[in-house]
Order: sequence, then structure tokens, then C-alpha cells
Amino acid sequence: MSDMTDTGPMRAADGTPLKKSLARALRRQKLRALALIAPLLIFVLVTFVVPIGDMLFRSVENQIVSDTLPNTIQRLAGWNPDSGEIPDEAVFAALAVDFQAAAEEKNHTKLGTRLNYENPGMSSLFRKTGRGADDIGKNFQKTFTGFDKAWGKGEAWAALLGSDKWLAATEGWTKDAGPEPKFSARDEAEFALPLTTGVYRSFARVARADGKKAAADTKPWPVLFNALAEDISSASPEAIAAIGGPSADLLKSAAQGLSSAEPISYKDTFVAIDKGWADLGTWQTIQAYAGDYTPGYFLNAVDLEKGTDGIKKRPDQQRIYLMLFWRTIWMSMLITGCCLLLGYPVAWILANLRASTANVLMILVLLPFWTSLLVRTSAWKVLLQQQGVINDVLVWLGLVDDANRLVLINNQFGTIVAMTHILLPFMILPLYSVMKTIPPAYLRAAKSLGATNWTAFWRVYFPQSVPGIGAGAILCYILAIGYYITPELVGGTQGVFISNRIAFHISSSLNWGLAAALGAILLGAVLLLYYVYDKIVGIDNVKLG
Amino acid sequence: MSIAHPEIPRPSLMGFTLPLMAAAGLGFGYIVGTAHGAPVPGFLAGALLGAVLGYVLASFVPNRKAGRIGAAVVAAVAGFVLSGFPGAVVGAIIGLIMSWFAYWLSSGDYRAKVPVYATAGDVLWHNSFKFICGLIFFFLVAPIVVVLPLSFNAQDFFTFTPEMLSFDPAGYSLKHYEDFLTNPNWTRPLKNSFIIAPLATIISVSLGTLAAIGLSQSHVPGRRAIMAILISPMIVPLIISATGMFFFYSKLGNWLEATVGLSGDFIGFIKVILAHAVLGIPFVIITVTATLVGFDRSLTRAAANMGAGPVRTFFKVQMPLILPGVISGGLFAFITSFDEVVVVLFVGSAAQKTLPWQMFTGLREQISPTILAVATVLVIFSIALLTTVELLRRRSERLRGMSPS
Repeated sequence: MSDMTDTGPMRAADGTPLKKSLARALRRQKLRALALIAPLLIFVLVTFVVPIGDMLFRSVENQIVSDTLPNTIQRLAGWNPDSGEIPDEAVFAALAVDFQAAAEEKNHTKLGTRLNYENPGMSSLFRKTGRGADDIGKNFQKTFTGFDKAWGKGEAWAALLGSDKWLAATEGWTKDAGPEPKFSARDEAEFALPLTTGVYRSFARVARADGKKAAADTKPWPVLFNALAEDISSASPEAIAAIGGPSADLLKSAAQGLSSAEPISYKDTFVAIDKGWADLGTWQTIQAYAGDYTPGYFLNAVDLEKGTDGIKKRPDQQRIYLMLFWRTIWMSMLITGCCLLLGYPVAWILANLRASTANVLMILVLLPFWTSLLVRTSAWKVLLQQQGVINDVLVWLGLVDDANRLVLINNQFGTIVAMTHILLPFMILPLYSVMKTIPPAYLRAAKSLGATNWTAFWRVYFPQSVPGIGAGAILCYILAIGYYITPELVGGTQGVFISNRIAFHISSSLNWGLAAALGAILLGAVLLLYYVYDKIVGIDNVKLG
Repeated sequence: MSIAHPEIPRPSLMGFTLPLMAAAGLGFGYIVGTAHGAPVPGFLAGALLGAVLGYVLASFVPNRKAGRIGAAVVAAVAGFVLSGFPGAVVGAIIGLIMSWFAYWLSSGDYRAKVPVYATAGDVLWHNSFKFICGLIFFFLVAPIVVVLPLSFNAQDFFTFTPEMLSFDPAGYSLKHYEDFLTNPNWTRPLKNSFIIAPLATIISVSLGTLAAIGLSQSHVPGRRAIMAILISPMIVPLIISATGMFFFYSKLGNWLEATVGLSGDFIGFIKVILAHAVLGIPFVIITVTATLVGFDRSLTRAAANMGAGPVRTFFKVQMPLILPGVISGGLFAFITSFDEVVVVLFVGSAAQKTLPWQMFTGLREQISPTILAVATVLVIFSIALLTTVELLRRRSERLRGMSPS
């Protein structure tokens, strides 16, 4: 149809062209619909989608290594892990500074725990070194306070490293005046004394967060002396001379004094604390996990690990996840199969009975559907226990000897029976809604044309019920592979799923990255099935009750 | 229904009814015999008695009611002689079943539902199929029903005690219910559940209904994608939702505590309520959109035509019609929250312990029979909810003229 009339384009009542007016009405309608949806969509995005995204991010996030040992990681970049030698003195010097700074904030144990996931033994190494590394800084502290007592006070450090602006702002600050002004470094000091400035930045942050005393009034960490000595020995005299401010002279005399002091070997000190530092594997692990993002958790989740020679399988006794994934997959399939086997006849009989009878029987399907999951799980616990109802009946009937009661629970059998019962309504309901639309006349027609009962069912009825089977099976399968409560309560050790392992890592082992990686894999599988379900059934066609 | 189909010849008594009656009697005889420590005499006597009963009923007692009551009374008396009151109850049940079976077989009722031309094999298959379906229904309901009597157990056992089986009043007590209603370990979680679930339901129903109305408009850009996101809380495994929320909500909680200065307990409730609200949303969306599918759009146009504004139209015309869907969606959301344990386990703290959480710890650590009392209460609760939803569904169908009634 054309929108042109003799007098030009067709117009609406107000004189605008009809096309434009309709387009505007449509746009307004769309906007109104979106405005109605928007609050919920935002709510779901914020309270559900973002948290899951946040969790997924955790599965690759690995900033802890570079945050805790920044200088070490920087210097370790030049080290070749295949050289067969542990890193040189410069790396150990940076490690000494990083380690003591981390120990001041108790971060070294967190890093030890993190690296322990990749290389067992790292946790105790870090703990032990944390206790021993303090002495290095304390020795330097003695040296410096020997040059001048002023080094033992906070003011000297603040004056040396802080910018003039910060010094002016923090002058006379007391804890009643709100948070202390944020530390900013003196430019030339940052250039000449990078380690010291870095450590002092953490020091100032801790003092500020504590909020009781100004950074300038706080007793300096011993590690600062260590860092400063390190910086002075590697900086050029001109760069040091360029540093101005109230502590310039103090610094110059310290630099002079240090040039005559005897250098210490950091490497020997660390190896003396723990032999683990002389171990090539320790350094390889640190370097392998130095990046901000790591595939390590995902590799771990599929029983692999990253070594220096590429990706390889984990040792036999550490391989459990593939087995768990595999078990989750096949047990869910078995449960779905059982549901189909039991659900098909029931759905058939519901669809082919008189409506009044079917409604009554439907209640028997809906009752378990509406009953609390925990009630059903406890019911199965009551039934399946060794002293439970089923065993009692079997013993009473003389089918089972009292001494050899059947083990029906805390194994795979228990999980399969209980979950089949729990998921059965999710199979019956979609099957029923599809079967109700299949006219019974088709089956009768097939039989009157000479088909046997079986042929009529298999060639005529069954193909029409396939959409229902697809919908029910995918729904059951999606629900089964993510199940947690029931396997946890009736599955023992042999009947648990990957979800139980995820929960274990969240609440017991605290290996959150690994839990997130396992969750990401599971989520990927579920979303794939969800997509297939949407394609086959359409999400809008999900029916409840 | 009690008249046999005229075309069906009455089956042979000797060749069909009596052997089957004997077989059924054999089964019951075995059970009764085992109970008295003599299985072999038990099933021999059972088979004989079964056949005799079949013969007597089929040949001499054409009045079914009289026959069934008589058989039940005789069997009950025999049971009472053998093992007292419980025996009488079991005997009466066996008598009723056996007499029903006898009439069903001898009158030819067993073929009443199959076409006249069906072969013997067809009839056998038809009846076994019904029997199998009966077993599956039994599988669905029995575990829930078994819990009910066990919750009155006077002992702290999870199984039937001899006193319970002999219907001795001493074997029954209400002490688990008393524990449930007085022990703070149970009353606190109950209270928490009744705080969290309604609030979560209100959030999901109000936002969900609005969005469902938006989604049911004719031109919604990206409808499929939006729907997929809104339904996803139902599809994503709870453990993954719980993990994600665990990290994110603890950050949110810390932030709220630091900046707004709310108390930890209060924030805990907010976190759990938000988490449960989002889990309930898919159910609201699904039920309300299903109700809106049959909604007659000309009604809103008519209302607008008569001068009603959009808000008035919504509350006076649209809302009453979709109300059944909204309420059943709300009930789904309520039961989702009321029954949820994984997310609250991760997101909540001890102060937000809900009833399912307490049941979960109870089942995992100290198995206390109070759980069965709680379970019974919850089953009754869910029956009430189920009835409500079913009534609402019928009302909604009637309102929309989808059902002839």
C-alpha cells in the first residue's frame, strides 16, 4: 500500500506525516515498555549478574604476587628460569625489602598461602622467612642511628621523602582533624631512592589508615633503613646530591658513612633463614605467577599445572577435579535418565485420563514439587539409613540379614535415588504439557491402519512427545549438575558433585580462585545448556505447575 | 460401574480368578507368616485362604458391599486373634484389598477400560502399566508421607519403634513439636525465615510484575535477551550464585557498614533479602507473563476510551485480571526464599540463620528428630500453598474464559 495521496504524503490529524507520527508512537511504546522493565533489569544486573562477573574475574586475578613483591618481580624479569641458577644478589636485595615491607602488614602469609596452591611448601617457607627477615633491617637501623640519632625518628624520613606540599599540609596535623593528608613523594627522592619511596608510601598509608599518629611521628619500620641503604648503593652521587629538603645533609653524611661499611650478602642471609630460597623451584613458581592475571586456577581446575617446561599434568594424587567433573556429568545423566524412565509413563497417564482424575493425580506430582527440598532430603535420610525404614522392612521380611544391612546412603546410590525423586516433577510437568497437545486419535488411527501397539507408539506417539522429552531432560540435567544440598547430605564421599568441591574451597580451604575457576567451568556448561534449551523450548514457554 | 461389560464373558473361575487370588494370598501370607516367624506355613495358608475367599465371594456373595465388609471383618477378627489390635488393623486392610481384587477379577472389571477386541496380552499390559504408574506415584509421595508419623515418635529415633507399630499410645508423643516451638535453636530461625521471605517476596513481586507487564507489550527491543537475563537466576546453579554473592555482598556490606554506619545484623538481613529477592524473580516473571498471554488488550483500550488514566486503568482493569497470576508468582517467590539454604549459608551470618539452614546443619551434624516435626509442619504448609495456587490457577482460567467451567 502506498502512503502517498494526491495531495502529498498521508497526514495524521495534527498535520505531521503519518509515517513519522506512527514511528513516534512506536518509539514511545518501546520506551514505555523499557521503562517498565528497567527497574527489574537493573536490580538483577546489580544483585546477580555483577556478583557472578566479579566471581569469574577472581578465577584469573593474581595481583597478589606483584602487589606484595613489586620490586622483586621487576628485577626477576631478567632472570632466565632455565639457566639452572637461582637469581642474583640484586633480586635478593629487592626481596629483602619487599619481604619486610609485606611482613609489616602481615601480607607475606597471604602470599605464601596463595603460592602454596601451586607449589606445596611455599606457605611454611614464607612464614619462616617472615620471622627471620626482620633482623636484616634491624642491623641497618643500628648502622644508620650510629651515624646520627635523628634517623630513629619519623620526622627525618618524612622530611627526606615527602614533597614540600605534603609536609606543609601534614604540619601540625592531629588525629581530631580527620584523616591525615595523603602522602605525596618528593620528585627527586622518588627518582634517586625508588625502593625507599615505595616502602615509605606503604608506611604512610598504614599510618594514615591507623589514624592515631601522623606518619612523621610514627617510628620508622626497620625495612626503611634496608631500602635506603640499597638505594644509596645503587644511585649515583649526583642524584643523591640533588635531593633537597630539610634532611638533605643527613642523607649526604649517611651516604658517606655507608661507602665505608661492609656490604652484606642478601642471598646468604635468606638461604640461612630457609634453604627453600636456594631451591630453583621456589623462584620458578614466583616467576611463573608474577603476572597480574593467571591461567593457574583454571589449569588446576582441570588437573594441570604450569611448570617451566610448559603445561603438564599434576601428580597422580592431586588429580581429582576431572574425575569430579566426569562424575557430575555421568551421574546427572543417569539421574535425568531415571527421571525420564519414571516420568514418561506418569505424564502419559496424566495426559490420557479424564480431566477430573488427572487433576487429582496431578496433586501427587505437585506435592513433592512444593515440598521443601530439605524435607524431601531428610525423608530420604530416614528411609535409606542403615537403621532406617527400608532396611527395617527388608530385615523384617527376612530378605536381608540383620548383620548385613544394605548401605543405601552416603554413596552414589543415595544421591541418585534422592535426586531422582527431587527432580522427577521437573520432568513430568514439561512432558505432560506436551503430551496433552497430542491428539489420542493419531494413535488409534495408526492402530486401525494395522500398526501393532509398539509400532503405533514408537512411530506415531513417541516422535510427537520428543519436544517434551527435550524440555524435561535439559531442565533436569541443568538442575542436576549444579546440585549441592542433596549430594552433600546423602552422597557421602563417593556421591558428591563438583558443587560440593566449590563449596569446600569457599568455606574450608579458602582457595577462592580455584573455587571461582571451577564455578566458571560449571557455569559455562550450564549456560551452554541454557542456550540449547532456549533454542529448543524457548524460555517463555517454561511452565510452573 | 459395578456392572460387568455385557460383551465380556465372565472369566473362568478355576482357570483365572482362583489362581490369581491364591497368588495374591500367597504374598500377604508370606508377610503375615514372617511377622510370626513362620514364612512357609504363612504363605501356604495365605494361598489357600486367598483361593477360598475368591471362590466364596465370586460364587455366593453377589452383593459387593456386603462381601467386602464381610471379608474385612473376618480378616480383622483373624488378625486380632493372631496379634491383637495392630493385627486387626492390618487384617482389615488385607481383607479389603483381597475382596476388592476378587470382585475385580471375577466380574471382568479388569477389562472394563480396554476395548472389547483387546487381546489377553493387551489387557495384561494395560493393567501392569497402571500398576507401574501407581508404583511411581507411590515413589513420589511415600517418602513425604513416611515422615509424618515418625515425627510423633516418643523416642529419639529416625525409625518406627515397636511401640509405634503396635499403636501403643506410649510410643507417640508431641515432644518434638514442643521442642520446635520452644527451643530457641528452632524459634529464632523460624522468626528469621518469616522476616526474610515476605520482604524478599515483596521486592520480587513488585519489580517482577512491572517488568512482566513491560515484557508483554508488543514491541520490546531485545526481548529475548532481557528474558534470558531475568530467568537466569533460576538456571544458574545455586552454588555459583552463592559464590558470586558471597564475594560481592561482603564488599557491599563492608562498604555500607563503613559509609552509612548501619549495624552488622541489619546489613546481614539486607544482603539475604536482596539475594532471595533476585532468586524469586524468575518465578514471578514466568507466572505473570503466562497470565498476561491471555489478557485481552481491548479492555485497557476501552478503559482509556472512557477516560481512565494509565494508572487507574492498571489498578482497576488490568490488576484484578492478572491478580491470580501475581499471587501465585508471589507464592512461588515466597517458597523459594522460605526453602532456600545455599545462598543464605554463604551470604548470611549466624544472626540470619533461617529454618532451612537450621535443618541443614541438623541433618549434617546432630541428627535431631525435631527435624521431622519441622518437616511435617512444612509439608502441611506446602499443601496449603499448593491448594492456594491451584485454586488461583482455576480462577484465573475462569476469569480469562479459557476453561468451560
